[in-house]
Order: sequence, then C-alpha cells, then structure tokens
Amino acid sequence: MKKNIIYFDNAATSWPKPPQTLTAMQDYLQNVGGSPGRSGHRLSLEAARIVFETREMLSQLFNVPDPLRIVLTRNATESLNIAIFGLLNPGDHVITSDMEHNSVMRPLRAAEARGVDITVVPCGSNGLIDPGDVVKAIRTNTKAIFITNASNVTGTIMPIADIGKIAREHDLVLCVDAAQTAGCYPIDVEAMHIDLLAFTGHKSLFGPSGTGGLYIRDGLENKIEPICFGGTGSRSELEVQPNFMPDRYESGTPNTIGIAGLTAGIEFIRSKGLKNITAHEKQLTGLFLQGIEAIKGVTVYGIKDEYRQIPVVSFNIQGMDPAKVSLELDEQFEIMSRPGLHCAPAAHKTLGTYPSGTVRFSFSCFNTEEQIIKAIEAIRQIGKGRKRK
Amino acid sequence: MSGSPSYCVMLFKSVSYVLKAEKILKKENLPHKLIPVPKKISSDCGVCLRFEPNMREKIEAALFKKVEIEEICKLCEQ
Repeated sequence: MKKNIIYFDNAATSWPKPPQTLTAMQDYLQNVGGSPGRSGHRLSLEAARIVFETREMLSQLFNVPDPLRIVLTRNATESLNIAIFGLLNPGDHVITSDMEHNSVMRPLRAAEARGVDITVVPCGSNGLIDPGDVVKAIRTNTKAIFITNASNVTGTIMPIADIGKIAREHDLVLCVDAAQTAGCYPIDVEAMHIDLLAFTGHKSLFGPSGTGGLYIRDGLENKIEPICFGGTGSRSELEVQPNFMPDRYESGTPNTIGIAGLTAGIEFIRSKGLKNITAHEKQLTGLFLQGIEAIKGVTVYGIKDEYRQIPVVSFNIQGMDPAKVSLELDEQFEIMSRPGLHCAPAAHKTLGTYPSGTVRFSFSCFNTEEQIIKAIEAIRQIGKGRKRK
Repeated sequence: MSGSPSYCVMLFKSVSYVLKAEKILKKENLPHKLIPVPKKISSDCGVCLRFEPNMREKIEAALFKKVEIEEICKLCEQ
C-alpha cells in the first residue's frame, strides 16, 4: 500500500478496503468459483450461499424484514434506474430535490421526456430540504418521492424520516438514494418509512466496484417492471421473466466475486461496529471543519455541523479554481480530493458554486486525526501561495 | 417394493428460497439435504430440499410463514 498517500476521496469510492475484502474475493476465485443458482453441485451452492449471506447481512444492516427483498445490482445507479423506469408511467408526477446526484436526475429527466411530470424542490443554501416544501409539491397524480439520504457535495443529511411520514400519509412511494450513507450512517427502512432503498457496495460498505443493491418493500414488485430480462436459474421452463423477488430484477450471471468482497466488507463494518465508525468519522469531520473555517479566504459549504452531515466536506479557496487546488493537494501534499461538480450540477447551483464547483474531501474510518491536521496545514499553505502570486 | 415413500422433496421458487430454508433448518438441527430437482417432478434446473418423510411436519412448521414453499412430493427410491 502507498504509505504517504492521504486518501480523502471516499465519497467517490472507498480506499483502502479492509484486507478481508480482497481475501474473500481471492477465496471465491481459488476455492469456490461456481455460478450461484445455476447448477446443483456443491460449488454452485457454495457460491449461492455467499450471495444469500450478502442479502442477509444487508437486510440486517437496513432493518429489512426479509433478505429476499434485497435485489443485488451493479451499483446505486442501476438500482435507481430500476426504481425510476420500472415504477413510473407517462402521466405520473414525482417529487425530487435540487441536491440530487445525476444518478437520480438524469433518469428522471429521461422519464420526463417520456411524459412523467417532475417537481424539483429547491433546498436551502446549506443543502437542506424543508419537508413542508415536499407537502406543497404533492398533486393528485403524485406517485413517488426520490431523494438522497445525504448530499454527495455537502454531506448534508436529509430529514428522511419526516419525508417518509409524509409519503406514508399521502400514499406515495419513497425512494431513497443511499449511495453516500449505506455503511456509514444508520438506515432503518421501517422507522424511516423507506419503500425503495438504492445503495452501492464500493463506498462505505467496503466492497469492490460493480456491487450494489435495491431494497423493494413487500408487494411493490407488482408495480415495478424489470428493466433487464434474461436467465435467472429459476423457472427455466418458462420463456417469460419470473415475477418473484429477487429473480424478477436479477437477470444474467451475477458479479459473484464482487459480492464475495461485499460480504467481507459488511462483515468488517459489523466487527468494528457502525456506531464506532460513525463516531470516528464525525470526530474527523468536526476537526476538519473547525480547522478550515479558521483559515482566511476559505469558504465551506453546507450545514457545517458534523452531527448533521456525513463525512463529506466541500470548500473553496478564494480566487482559486477548485481543480488547481486539488492538483496542488495531490502533487505537493499527496492528498487525494475531488474538484468540480461531483455529478450534481443542480446542487452546485443551489450552493452558488456552479459551474466551477468545489473541492471535496470525504473521509472513511481508515483516515486519522494526523491526516486531517496535515490537510488543514496544506490548505493554509495553498491559500498563502495564492496571496503571494 | 412396499410402495411407501422413502423420502420427501420440497420445491421452492428459486435457489435463494432454498438457501433461506436451509439456514433455518440448520439452525433448528433438522436433517435435510440439498439435491438437484429430480426431473420427473419438474423441468426446473434448480435445487430442492430432500428429507425423511417423518421429518415433514417439523420442517414444514419451521418454515411456516418464513419461506414460501412451492410443492412437497413424496418419492419412492427406484
């Protein structure tokens, strides 16, 4: 592992992964290797047990009553596409926020072109949505609310439980984009009234890329058409797609090696304790916020409260292009960050940082206080350098 | 040939359901085996649970309201 690298781009993908993730993937290739659900032999069954184990662990993590309600996908984007294109028909109305990632916004805009009506509720300049504005946006033909659990730009945590209550009262489907929260923030689909939960495996769940999933509330599969059809290993005598969970949405050979890694990633979270991970990340976020808010010429965006945001912080140095700041952080300080719009143009318009964007730091439980202190000093020096020029 | 069934097979929608059942039966210490679905029962290419007929009641009770069962067949050893 590269020793001096300070990796603060965990919101893009987490790194490093726990060693267990790699071990599990290697073990699958060397010792298991079979195709899950396709044959009856022991290696196929062993592979299927790995996949089932993942569903079970995910269902426990999100308080899902039945592991078979979890559909395994390539990533949160695929999950959101299933939710959006499977659920919505021309004439339906949906509500979303202007803090959404393009993984929500682009499929919604494509659905709009096919006749779905969309209301984009504006959020405050701290990235927070007012649940009252969601109520005001409800129409007679409103079918669903699509909202991020936490912004990938500012880290702002949305009031999901409040919105869930509104959805329940008005008989709307609530679909939550948990790409940034699954594995680093407690999610309870029952308490939060979440009907559809889209998540990715390669961020805070510490799996490899190419893994993710979608929770579908009991009965909702009758209203969601699959977007991909094919072999499932079940009902092989039929030339039509099975209608039961999770096979209805899982066509083709799955990414079993990736799923094996994901299982190990979730097991790592369980062994460390989600509470401990969250507490450590909050401490780092608080320390970083405190440090950079004290630097003259640095603007921090969002809610600026480690208890109300996930470990994601966006900032700018006055008069400097975020891309240049990010490059200097990399080349001079070996700090990995992400500059620009972070695939969320509407969010940057809300924050007033469109089109140049921000510099984003995102922490994981592998980061340390020492790294945060080094980064604060690096930002101070980059800021000073700008003044001299 | 006595004509009495020598074992039972339990069919499920897919392997995910079989494995959900397997986990429960293992936990409850109820003897069973996973086998490919006998082709005389179904053309499905999946797996099913096999167990002794005298275990049927206990197994059905253990899975009740937990795993959806498609079919239970009694089979004679040939």
